[in-house]
Amino acid sequence: MFVSYKWLQDYVDLTGVSANELAEKITKSGIEVEGVEILNEGIKGVVVGHVVERVQHPNADKLSKCQVDIGEGEPVQIICGAPNVAQGQKVAVAKVGAILPGNFKIKKAKLRGEESNGMICSLQELGMEGKIVPKEYSEGIFVFPADAEVGADALALLNRDDEVLELGLTPNRADCLSMLGVAYEVAAILGREVKLPETSLESLSEKATDYVKVVVEATEDNPLYVAKMIKNVKIGPSPLWMQTRLMSAGIRPHNNVVDITNYILLEYGQPLHAFDYDRLGSKEILVRRANDGEKFVTLDDVERTLTADHLVITNGTEPVALAGVMGGANSEVTSDTTTVLLEAAYFNGATVRKASKDHGLRSEASARFEKGVDPNRVRVAGERAAYLMAKYAGGEVLEGAAEVDTLTVEPAVVSVTLEKINRVLGTGLEMKDVEAIFDRLQFGVSVEGDTVTVTAPTRRGDIKIEEDLLEEVARLFGYDNIPKTLPIGSTTPGKLSEYQKKRRVVRAYLEGAGLYQAVTYSLTSEEKASQFAMEKRDFIRLAMPMSEDRSILRLSILPQLLEVLKYNSARQNDSLAVYETGNVFLSNGVDVLPEEKEHLAGAITGLWNNHSWQGEKKPVDFFVLKGILEGLFAKLGLTERVAYVQAQVEGMHPGRTAEIRLDGSKIGFAGQLHPSVQKDLDLKDTYVFELSLKAVLGVETEALQYQSIPRYPSITRDIALVVNRETVSGTLKDIIVKAGSPLLKEAYVFDLYEGDKMEEGKKSIAFSLKYVDPERTLTDEEVTKVHDRVLEALKEQAGAVLRG
Amino acid sequence: MQERLKELQEEAIQKVEQSSSLKELNDIRVAYLGKKGPITEVLRGMGKLSAEERPVIGALANEVREAIAAKIEAKQNQLEEAAVLEKMASESIDVTLPGRPVNVGSHHPLTKIIEEIEDLFIGMGYEIAEGPEVEQDYYNFEALNLPKGHPARDMQDSFYITEELLLRTHTSPVQARTMEKHNGKGPIKIICPGKVYRRDNDDATHSHQFMQIEGLVVGENIRMSDLKGTLDVFAKKMFGQDREIRLRPSFFPFTEPSVEMDISCKVCGGHGCNVCKQTGWIEILGAGMVHPNVLEMAGYDSKKYTGFAFGMGPERIAMLKYGVDDIRHFYTNDVRFLKQFSVEE
Repeated sequence: MFVSYKWLQDYVDLTGVSANELAEKITKSGIEVEGVEILNEGIKGVVVGHVVERVQHPNADKLSKCQVDIGEGEPVQIICGAPNVAQGQKVAVAKVGAILPGNFKIKKAKLRGEESNGMICSLQELGMEGKIVPKEYSEGIFVFPADAEVGADALALLNRDDEVLELGLTPNRADCLSMLGVAYEVAAILGREVKLPETSLESLSEKATDYVKVVVEATEDNPLYVAKMIKNVKIGPSPLWMQTRLMSAGIRPHNNVVDITNYILLEYGQPLHAFDYDRLGSKEILVRRANDGEKFVTLDDVERTLTADHLVITNGTEPVALAGVMGGANSEVTSDTTTVLLEAAYFNGATVRKASKDHGLRSEASARFEKGVDPNRVRVAGERAAYLMAKYAGGEVLEGAAEVDTLTVEPAVVSVTLEKINRVLGTGLEMKDVEAIFDRLQFGVSVEGDTVTVTAPTRRGDIKIEEDLLEEVARLFGYDNIPKTLPIGSTTPGKLSEYQKKRRVVRAYLEGAGLYQAVTYSLTSEEKASQFAMEKRDFIRLAMPMSEDRSILRLSILPQLLEVLKYNSARQNDSLAVYETGNVFLSNGVDVLPEEKEHLAGAITGLWNNHSWQGEKKPVDFFVLKGILEGLFAKLGLTERVAYVQAQVEGMHPGRTAEIRLDGSKIGFAGQLHPSVQKDLDLKDTYVFELSLKAVLGVETEALQYQSIPRYPSITRDIALVVNRETVSGTLKDIIVKAGSPLLKEAYVFDLYEGDKMEEGKKSIAFSLKYVDPERTLTDEEVTKVHDRVLEALKEQAGAVLRG
Repeated sequence: MQERLKELQEEAIQKVEQSSSLKELNDIRVAYLGKKGPITEVLRGMGKLSAEERPVIGALANEVREAIAAKIEAKQNQLEEAAVLEKMASESIDVTLPGRPVNVGSHHPLTKIIEEIEDLFIGMGYEIAEGPEVEQDYYNFEALNLPKGHPARDMQDSFYITEELLLRTHTSPVQARTMEKHNGKGPIKIICPGKVYRRDNDDATHSHQFMQIEGLVVGENIRMSDLKGTLDVFAKKMFGQDREIRLRPSFFPFTEPSVEMDISCKVCGGHGCNVCKQTGWIEILGAGMVHPNVLEMAGYDSKKYTGFAFGMGPERIAMLKYGVDDIRHFYTNDVRFLKQFSVEE
C-alpha cells in the first residue's frame, strides 16, 4: 500500500510529524514502512508554461518550434519533439538550469540550427512510471488544465511535492489497505482525531429502485449488494488533484467516473464498479454462480470461460462482470455514458480468490475482497462515490439504492484481565494505561474490576481473541518499553543428545582428516535418485516439481557429492576431498511418512599429497580412503566391530570395492568409482564411500575403561607367508588372531609381494606378530609353542607356508 | 730420565695444541701414549733404575701420561665441538620453503552458524530437537494454526508429495511434535535446526532448499519480556556487543503477539546505507508468543501455559556475518568458497 503523506493529512493532522518520523512510528507500532519516496527528489526548475505559438521546425519533420510563456517576460523559444504539442496548451517546462531525474541538467541548446531554451516535459521525464501516466499523455507531453497559472511550480501542481510511504502489510492488517484505515492507525499512534470524508448530498426525488431491481441468488458469496444510480454524468477527465493522488498510489487515471471508483477504493478500501446503465440491456442485476463453460469477455477484451466456482453479476441473463475481479466489456463506462449504475458490494474472499487465481487477474480490487473488506463501509463508500460523481462528473444522484442485504455484522467483543496482560507481556501496566490504548484505537472499552472488555470496530476483522488484545496493548505501549528478562522457574539442563554429540565428532574428525563439508540438495532427478542407493525403494516424487532435476527425494548422497567434484574439477580444482551428512528418504508407501535415514558420504579425487618441491605427489587410492574410515571407526570405538568385505556395487570398480559391515551387518560401502563413471564426470581416479550414519552412531558402545600398560617386555616374531593370490590378508589375520590368543597382542601386515620372483598364482604376505603376557616375562619356549600353533593353523586353514 | 719425561710432555703438549683434526690427535695419542710410545719405553727401562729412583720416576711417568691424556681429551672435545658446528653449518636449510602440507577440511559455513547458535542456546539450557523433513500436512500447517484454505498454504508455495505429505516449509513442525510428546507439561526449551523447502526459483536471494533454526520455550510463566531478553542475549553474542536490537510488531499465524527483530546495521552503524536499505536496521528473525491455538492443539492448557518461539535463517545470518552475496554459493560447494570458512574465529 502506497500512502501519500499529503493526502493522509485530509484525515489526520500531521503537524510536527515529518514523513520520515511518521514512517518510523508506524514501523515501530506494527506496520513495516518499507520505504519513503520523495516524489520530487532531484528535480528542480520545472514551471507551467503556455504554448503561445507552435510552428513546424524548418529543418526537422518531427520537431516543433514553440514560443512558450513561462511567466518571465517575453516567451522563450523551445524545440519540442512530442507529437502532441499544440498551441494554447499549458505544459510543464524545464527551464534552462533545471535539473531532471538522473541529474539531467537542462542547458541552452541548438537543435538542427534552431535555438532551444528549455524542455517541455512528459510525465515520464518528471520521474513518473509510464504505466501510471494517463494513456492520452503516455506517448507525449502532459497537458495541464487551462486554468493552470503560468510560471507556477509544475511539480506542486502535479502533487509531486509529496512523500509516499510504502507499507508492507501483513495479512492480518487488511484494514490498512485504505487511506482511512491508515488514518485510524496513525491517529492511534499519534493520539489524534480522525476526520471523515464528506458524503452528504442532495438526491433527486427519483428513486434508484425505479431504475433497477437487484436479485442475489448466491447470498453466501455475496451477502450485500448495493446499486446506486447516477444520471446525467458527463464523462471527462477527473480533477488534476484526484489524478495525481491516483498516480502517487500507482493507479493510472482514466476518466472521472472510473477514477472516482478507484479513488474510493484507495480511500475506503472498498472496491466499486461503475456500469454503463444504458448498455446493461435490462433493468435488473442478478448475482449468481456462473454456468460451467459460460463465456464472458472482460473489459481487457479477453474471452473467459467460466465455471460454477465463479460468481458473476448478470443483467438477468448475460454476465456483465466477474464479481470482485473485473467488469465486462459489454457494460463498460465509455465517453458516451450518461447514466451510471454504481455497484458497492461485499463479496466473499474465497470466492473472489478462486476467480482471480483461475483467470490470472489479480487486481487492487480482488486483493481487497480476498483479504476481507469492512462490511460496515460498503454503503458509505457508495455514498461517497455518488457524492464525488455529482461534484466532479456533473451527475445527479437518485434517491436511495437498490440492494440485497443478508449480511449480519457482529463486532467482536473480547475481554482480558489486566493480570493476564502484565503476566504475558512482563509489564507493569495499570488499567488506565490499557484503557487509554483502546481509546486511541477507537475501540469500545468497558472496565469491570480487573477485566477490560473491548468491542473492536468491524474494520479490524483481525481482533478475535484475548491474545489479539495483548498485541494491540503491546504494540501501542511500544515493544521498546517492554523490559528485557530471562525465563524464570525450573531450569533445564542444556545438552546435545548422544547421537548429536557423536555426529559432531564425526564431522570434526573428517575435517581434521582433510575433508570439506558439503551441503547439497535433497531433491534430485529420477536418474540420480537411485544411483548408489543402498536400499531399493519406490521413488518419492513431488506432485508438482519445478523441474525434472529436482523432482525426487534422494536415496543416496553420493550422486550429489559427485556433482560437487565435477563442478570443482571443471574449475581447475581436480584434487578434492568432501563429505556430507544428510538424510536419504526411503518410501514406506503412499501417504505414509517415509523413513528418513541420515547417511554419511565422502569422496576424494586427484592428489592426496602434493608436496611439490620435494617431489612428493601421491594420488588418492583405496587405502587412503580406508585409512580415513579406519580412523573414524577408531574414534568411535568400533574398530574391532567393523569388517571390510570385497563386494560388487553398481557404479563402482568391480575389483576395488568393499562392503562395510558393523557387527556383521552391512552399513555401507567404499571403493573406487567405476572407470566409466569417472570418465563420464571427467574426474581423475576417485574413491568414495557412503554409509548409514544412523547405523554407525546408533550402536551401543562400551564405556571407556582403562587397561593397564604391560610391565613385561613383548616378543616379536615376523613371518613371511606364501599364499594363493586370491587369499586376502584379512582371512590370514583372523586365523593368526584366533590361534595366537591370548598371548598374541598384535599382528599386522608389514610387507606384500606379488612380483615375478613368486611362483605363478602366489603372493607373499609378511606379518609381524607381537606376544606379551601382562603378568610376567615370556620365555622363548612359551612363545615358540604358541607361534607354532599359529603357523600350523595358517597352513591348515589357508594353505599358507613360510616363505623359504 | 726425568728430563726426558719432561721433554716428552712438553713436546706432546705442543703437538696436541698444534693438531687440527681428530685424526692428527689420535696419531699423537698413539705416538706418545701407545704401547710403542716413548713413555712406555721409559717405563720399560725402569728395571735398570735403583729402588729409590723407581717410584719417583714411575710416579713422574704417570703424571706425564695423565697430563698428556688430559690435554688430548680437552683438545678432542674442542675439535669435536668445532666439527659439530661445522656440520650444522653445512646442514642449514631454507626455513621459508613450504612445509609438507597437511590436509585440513572445514565445516560448511551453514554448519558453523548453526553450531554456534546451538552452543549459545545449550549454554542457556536448551536441547536440540530434530524432526522429519517430509512432514504431514497436519504438523506443518494445521497444528500451527494454519487451517486448510489458509492463503499461506498455497500449493504453489510448497512441495507437496501427496495431499497429506509435503516437504516441510519450516522447522516449526518439530515444535508441534515436541510439544505433543511432552503431553501438555512443561517446561520445554528447544532449538530446532534443519533443512526446509519452498517452491521458489533459485536465484541470488532464493533457494528451494534452505536452513532454518527455531527456538521454543514453553512454561508456566513465560513472558514476552523473556523473549526480548533472550533475543537480546542471542543478538549480542552472535553479532557483537555493540549492536542494538529493535523489536517490531509483526504477524505470523502461529504467534500472537508477533515480533520481528532487527539489529543495527554494522556497515553504516545505523546511519543508513545500501546494505540496510537506508533504514539503519537489518531484519534478522521473526518471533512471538506461541498462539493459544497452537498450545491447545498440542495438548497444553493455554490458560496455564505460555511460551515464546523464534526462527531465523542461517543463510541470511551467514550472508550478513560473512558478507556472502549469493545464496546459491551455499549449495554449489565450490571449494574456493568452502575453504574460506576453515578459519576458526
